[in-house]
Amino acid sequence: MSAGAALAEAADKGNPAPEVPSGSGRRTWTPYILLLPGAVWLGAFFIVPMIFLLAQSIQTGTFEQGYEQTFRFANYTDALSEYWPQFVRSFVYAGIATLLCLLIAYPLAYCIAFKSGRWKGALLVLVIAPFFTSFLIRTLAWQTLLADNSWITKTLNWLHVTDVTRFLGLTEGDRLLNTPLSVITGLTYNFLPFMVLPIYAALDRMDQRLVEAAQDLYSSPWKSFRKVTWPLSLPGVVAGTLLTFIPATGDYINAQLLGTPAYRMIGNVIDSQFFKVLDYPTAAALSFTLMATILVLVGLYVRRAGTEELI
Amino acid sequence: MGDSSADAGASGADLNLINVTKNFGDFVAVDDLSLKIPSGSFFALLGPSGCGKTTTLRMVAGLEEPTSGQILIGPDDVTYAKPYKRPVNTVFQSYALFPHLDIFENVAFGLRRRGNKDVKKQVDDILALTELTPLARRKPNQLSGGQQQRVALARALINRPAVLLLDEPLGALDLKLRRQMQLELKGIQTEVGLTFVHVTHDQEEAMTMADTIAVMNGGRVEQMGAPVDLYENPRTTFVANFLGQSNFFDAVLSERTGTTAMATVHGLRLGVPLSRVYSADDNVHLGVRPEKLTISSESSSEIPAGHNRITGVVSDASFIGVSTEYRVDLPWGTQVTVFAQNTGRDSRIVPGAGVVLSWDPAHTFALDANQSVEAGIDSEVLANSVGVGS
Repeated sequence: MSAGAALAEAADKGNPAPEVPSGSGRRTWTPYILLLPGAVWLGAFFIVPMIFLLAQSIQTGTFEQGYEQTFRFANYTDALSEYWPQFVRSFVYAGIATLLCLLIAYPLAYCIAFKSGRWKGALLVLVIAPFFTSFLIRTLAWQTLLADNSWITKTLNWLHVTDVTRFLGLTEGDRLLNTPLSVITGLTYNFLPFMVLPIYAALDRMDQRLVEAAQDLYSSPWKSFRKVTWPLSLPGVVAGTLLTFIPATGDYINAQLLGTPAYRMIGNVIDSQFFKVLDYPTAAALSFTLMATILVLVGLYVRRAGTEELI
Repeated sequence: MGDSSADAGASGADLNLINVTKNFGDFVAVDDLSLKIPSGSFFALLGPSGCGKTTTLRMVAGLEEPTSGQILIGPDDVTYAKPYKRPVNTVFQSYALFPHLDIFENVAFGLRRRGNKDVKKQVDDILALTELTPLARRKPNQLSGGQQQRVALARALINRPAVLLLDEPLGALDLKLRRQMQLELKGIQTEVGLTFVHVTHDQEEAMTMADTIAVMNGGRVEQMGAPVDLYENPRTTFVANFLGQSNFFDAVLSERTGTTAMATVHGLRLGVPLSRVYSADDNVHLGVRPEKLTISSESSSEIPAGHNRITGVVSDASFIGVSTEYRVDLPWGTQVTVFAQNTGRDSRIVPGAGVVLSWDPAHTFALDANQSVEAGIDSEVLANSVGVGS
């Protein structure tokens, strides 16, 4: 024991706590001054519109005759009872797309971070390359890719993959376009970079020597992945899933271009309520409900993943 | 650690490296290295950075695969065994503690991977040994460097590996702390009796801790032996310079009589024991350590008969406390370093004064002249260079 005790005593002398200089008056104001532009921006373009939206969601009236504030909270229940299938569909499609993104993005990010050597930069550019063209154009391209006479559709028909997806209720007949599958494919494709980049960032800053240490301590490659690499990449995974799931839930372009009215998501409903039906209170109520639901889900998810402890 | 648990390995095993070579492309990192490290010994691989010592360690750990050769632990050939299947654990230079696990789980990591039943007790024991018990539920980034170092050591020791590898484990600590840790590590090694292989570029650290030191240079072992033997009987200028300091004179050997040879240095005749001549021919670098030299004023004449003797002029004297370091210019331009114990200073020995340097011929060594006298001196030391032959 004596050796250890002396060892400990010796070690404790190692790092004296650094002294923190006490702040002057000027120094304490600096952060607030720096925050000011951002705070003004948020106030003008987020908080104020939010309040308008909230107010709008409990108004009654029509576009032609104008809306008046009646605090009609039943707007919410009315909207939900009519559009709950679109709500559920949005979360299911976004959930499946997020999962697919994770399954594709994790191995991709892993390879870029650890296996790509001097190609790392080029591969990262390729990941974000789709952003150089418009979101709309890229989604339209998928119409062509998944069209009935496209080679993708024909190949999947020939391989009987469409039989499986039809059985799962994701496609109809031999078609790919205008099915749930095409909407989910579009969502997965469009949000993939938002999953790849945070996972890549988390893996890239990980010290590879930790994996060596794990293997030195009797972990097989799979075990060291499970016990070291995966937990250390969790902050990236959580960030990626949030960046994918949240916008995918509210997205309406994919459902509009790659689906049919039968597979509308909540984004499509809000879009048409605002711009076609001109029923602003219903649209506002749906928007608010969507936001609240996402907040609750994200809150539960982050708590479950326990990432605040990881960082 | 007294009670070794049932599943604990043997108390160390022989480590055998046979003709091990490692190439990285065209670069030969380790060149036909053969080492036999006996069970229970504290072995140091000492050398400057890039000498192949860390690569050697990584090959033993299984983190690099040898280009050719064999590595045996006890009777088992582990040359190509996966790192997680070797009875070897490493204390990494960077510690490589798992940042997402607390100290307890970091230390328990190896036991858990092997499905050990008795994790709690063993971890508690080793945490107590290393005085880490109060920190068990902290995360590594909440610990000081010295504390992290102890966690890294505990995490490796708890597995009772046949061979424990230490990759410059004290490099990140400050000098004073490092000194204490050196002695304590040595204490732990004696207590647990495992085979320790310690990689370092710090010659004092290697000499303090190890039973046997292999001095590596350019992927090869220059010389291997006990610290005292290496220091007293260096066989190459690299070893003579890397371990401590040496003064060298260009000399020609002549007159071998009995156990002694006489060397001629600019007309002076200096004795050297034949047993300390490591040279194929008569052209040698004649070496002597600075602390073996006795410096005395020209006017005093108390030099014992038979001692080697050179005169010179003091060019610099720096008082270090326990000793004084003198620079003495010899008539032919060479500068010699002398360490004189602080046992009553001679006030006549000041810069500019003529002095006589003398030493027992038994402390002289002669090395092959076909090597640089500056080998093993890093640029920093070279700046205030010791006697470099003319």
